Amino acid sequence: MSDVYITGIEMIPFGRYPHRTPASLGAEAVLGALDDAGITVHDVQTAYCGCVFQTMVGQKIFQQIGQTGIPVANVSNACATGATAVREAWMAVRTGDYDIALAVGVEQMTGMGMLGSARQASIPIEGLMGSTSMPATFAEAGREYAAKYGTSFAQFAKVSVKNHHHATMNPKAVLRKETPLEMVMEAEMIAYPNTKLMCSINVDGAAAVILMSEKKVRELGLMDRAIRIRASALASDPWQQRNPQMPDINSATQIAAQRAYEMAGIEAKDLDLVELHDCFATAELLHYENLQLCGAGEANDMIDSGATALGGRIPVNVSGGLLSKGHPIGATGVANLYELSLHLRRQAGERQVEGARMGLAHVVGLGTCSAVHILEKA
Amino acid sequence: MTDTPASPPLPAASYIHLDGPEPRLSFLKCKSCGTMFLEPERLACARCGSRGGFDAHEPKYEGTLHSYSIVHRSFPGTAVPFISAVVDIDDGPSLKGNLRGVPFDADRIDGAMRVRIVFDDALGRRDADGNAYISHFFEPLAAD
Repeated sequence: MSDVYITGIEMIPFGRYPHRTPASLGAEAVLGALDDAGITVHDVQTAYCGCVFQTMVGQKIFQQIGQTGIPVANVSNACATGATAVREAWMAVRTGDYDIALAVGVEQMTGMGMLGSARQASIPIEGLMGSTSMPATFAEAGREYAAKYGTSFAQFAKVSVKNHHHATMNPKAVLRKETPLEMVMEAEMIAYPNTKLMCSINVDGAAAVILMSEKKVRELGLMDRAIRIRASALASDPWQQRNPQMPDINSATQIAAQRAYEMAGIEAKDLDLVELHDCFATAELLHYENLQLCGAGEANDMIDSGATALGGRIPVNVSGGLLSKGHPIGATGVANLYELSLHLRRQAGERQVEGARMGLAHVVGLGTCSAVHILEKA
Repeated sequence: MTDTPASPPLPAASYIHLDGPEPRLSFLKCKSCGTMFLEPERLACARCGSRGGFDAHEPKYEGTLHSYSIVHRSFPGTAVPFISAVVDIDDGPSLKGNLRGVPFDADRIDGAMRVRIVFDDALGRRDADGNAYISHFFEPLAAD
């Protein structure tokens, strides 16, 4: 088994690109990652592409930037799609079969609306047997936590205040404006307690990463910029009584996190920053606990005390998170590795987490799966 | 002009049965570990993996609210507001449904209230052939 390193990574600014294709967005990210690593498309030996809503995007990307005949596979794993592509590339290098692998995630979502689409039945069941909309689903997950620990509407809303503030320092985020607590709480109520400003934003976007074996990193003299992947873990949902009537976003995260910590041989207290799956403000607090950033019921204090804000004990979503950076499903899992990489390389500018050496990235895909990566400056 | 006799309503979910005087619920119960499932057929148990088969099981028609959301915006064409609720049924599985008979105000909803399961017309919804449907709903048990 070889250690695996990130030597090139890129994320295009998330936003709306109605006149472009997923392949064009993905190709832009891939070219950026290749340039970052100082290699060309001819050096890439295998590639994995994550995209949920279109097929064969990986091959279409190479049709844009150079068709070299390498193995290209497309993966789909809901909101964990990008992270799953990275994990496949990581395995390809770790086993020693390849020295240079590419993972890219891309999605074009403009115009899809934030609610998703209704399930088809003989009669529509939305609003008849509860709601299957994402805002309501994650509201119910948050209410479950609130029922146990007394989390208030305001405490959930503070997640948006924090992450939107972080995004004002991220030129690649789609929403870059301060949203005071009253503004978040008084925004249009979508599914209590999630207001419109507590929902992630559907955007177009792409991100790509070049992974290399230790041998290749040394051969190319890239160790000074390399980031070591200390752990790559993926979990599916174990049986739980209420799942899937009530999609279980907790168990898969807990399993993936535990596997990642064990693989890395570290504990949560060793982390300097975390990018986690804040698809809705109600989700972020649950994941503090699921990712072992705090003990049972302590997430309320974490958000109140500022422990997870930039400058706090363990900054969470300094990129602005899905709530403000945007959430192009297939790209999201690669984009949060991009954010960690910027900090570990001291390239995060105004939002730099000082002295960052170790970071964790987390995604959840409903259906359900979770991926956790731990990165360390080499 | 003659009246066409209305065809009887259909169940809005496979676990609702309309074969008796009153609508009833029936779930699959694993013969090995007792876990219950909503779908009408399964090859094996998701919890224990047993392929030993399932019994039909009728639960109690009461339960406890586990979580909910007051939905103010939903898919296009869906009437709002409504309350989406997850209820743990007594001697049954967890079920999602509309909670009715309570205000659309989180401050006035007991998050762990006891509820009864009732059946009613599926909010007037009809399929392409004009069939009516019967759905389940949750109501507070303590309603005065």
